[in-house]
Amino acid sequence: MSSPTGTGGTAHKVVKREAFGSRNVFILSAIGSAVGLGNIWRFPYVAYEGGGGAFLVPYLCALLTAGIPLLFLDYSIGHRFRGSAPLAFRRLNRKTEVLGWWQVLICVVIAVYYAAIIAWSTMYTAFSATLAWGKGNEGSFFEGEFLQLSKPTDGVTFDYVPGVLWPMLGVWAVILVIMVLGVKKGIGMANNIFMPLLTVMFLIMVIQAVMLPGAMDGLNAFFTPNWEALKDPAVWASAYGHIFFSLSVAFGIMVTYSSYLKRKTDLTGSGLVVGFANSSFEILAGIGVFAALGFMAQSSGQGVEDVVSGGIGLAFVAFPTIASNAAGGSIIGMLFFGSLVFAGVTSLISILEVIVAAVQDKLGWARVKATLVVTIPIAIVSIVLFASTSGLFVLDITDAFINQFGIMAVAFVTVLVVAYGVRALPKLAAHLNGRSTFKVGLIWRLLVGIVGPLALGYMLVSEIIAKTSEPYEGYPGGMLAVFGWGMVAAVIVLSVVLSMIPWGPNSKAKNDPEYREFLAAEGHEPDREQIAGSADGEGVRS
Amino acid sequence: MTGTAITFMIISMVLVWGGLAVSTWSLFRHPEDIDDEPLPPVEL
Repeated sequence: MSSPTGTGGTAHKVVKREAFGSRNVFILSAIGSAVGLGNIWRFPYVAYEGGGGAFLVPYLCALLTAGIPLLFLDYSIGHRFRGSAPLAFRRLNRKTEVLGWWQVLICVVIAVYYAAIIAWSTMYTAFSATLAWGKGNEGSFFEGEFLQLSKPTDGVTFDYVPGVLWPMLGVWAVILVIMVLGVKKGIGMANNIFMPLLTVMFLIMVIQAVMLPGAMDGLNAFFTPNWEALKDPAVWASAYGHIFFSLSVAFGIMVTYSSYLKRKTDLTGSGLVVGFANSSFEILAGIGVFAALGFMAQSSGQGVEDVVSGGIGLAFVAFPTIASNAAGGSIIGMLFFGSLVFAGVTSLISILEVIVAAVQDKLGWARVKATLVVTIPIAIVSIVLFASTSGLFVLDITDAFINQFGIMAVAFVTVLVVAYGVRALPKLAAHLNGRSTFKVGLIWRLLVGIVGPLALGYMLVSEIIAKTSEPYEGYPGGMLAVFGWGMVAAVIVLSVVLSMIPWGPNSKAKNDPEYREFLAAEGHEPDREQIAGSADGEGVRS
Repeated sequence: MTGTAITFMIISMVLVWGGLAVSTWSLFRHPEDIDDEPLPPVEL
């Protein structure tokens, strides 16, 4: 947790920047952030649709040519400029600060709905003990008894569902405690506990799933290559899209986390471990999910292709069905939904940290104050929107639009601006090479500067065409206008507004003795804004 | 499972989990510098 440090008798106290306890804790936290709900419920479906075993080709290409290079880019920006996303991008170039705020606001939107899914998973962990949904009633239980879903045409409702509202309150209370405890004692400690638990629980679930009758049919469907699929550009786009979302690149998380690392940390070596650990978990998820779907297909007398699903349908309808029918189904259910809870919590705290860190840097606030001011309003909005009977619809629209036109758009603009606008890649490569065992050079610059923008640009244009040609999932125009297009536009406009608000004398942009020490130790030019802060006598530490 | 599916399962595991093993091994061959931590007190 932050602690005010003395500032040589000057008027202002400087809040010392937090840090991870060690490189290992950082790696575990970065893996915790990357391994989220998407690894468990999105990857298996995307891989199956993208050609099964053949999908490995575009998937590995995407990981090595875009995912890991962009992860290195995030690490280099956060570590070199020692700040939250807005501060780091401001230090990169005054004009790029807006990119940081764009990333922060994307995190605000994601945090608001992510907690709802964790709350549902928490309840389903408990439901699994008694298979409370009732055999054969899994779909109607989720939408009916549990969510008490309204009709999309009713728009946003304010009829609250106690079975969702109370768990959401509980989730936000736990998250608040973790966030208040800070980077080392909160985020680091939570990841130290939750990540091993997640791995063990998920591993047991996979072993159980593989033992089920029909599991081999599921694995057959998952791994048998369909080479024809590789001729479809959409499959390649989905591989790149999945890697971008899965690795938590380009929306501030890795920039923020890497700013908490020590000066001489091996950045690229850590990045390779994080990238491969995330993909390792996805392969494990694919095996577990498809083994379970194979059992589901056999027990219902259908083909695997008839029962395959992804996302919310896989988690809250297919898996309860599997649990209802399998021997030891309660245990499978508890392990599966418990894994979703832990994966969700470790990702949500990383998303919130982007916002908390930005507020701390901008206002010079201590940890507890910044956390309370950030988390409580987000929790209130989250509960107001997602504990009601229309929560699922709002969540579906918000998730689809913020992923495609938030994360993908900001990633596209960021790589273009960093590579061609401020031409920072050589400087960032030098920073990575100055402390890392895996050196980056021309190939990395080409991957970030050419492959990244091409892949992101293609996906962005495809999505714009898809979402403008017909209403997304047939939702009413009003809901799409507010929670889809309107939300995306509001995020961009607000980020521009936030980037225009001046940084005060207590902000880290003006008064950051640790950054001045870092620049001096690295042999870099002093930061001009910091010099101005020093001249004003704002808490300069000798 | 068919032979093709088994082959692709093994390839997937070897490439991805092998990548994790190699990158982890490589990283831990280079322990973290503790340059900015205070030196332990010297007993006289």
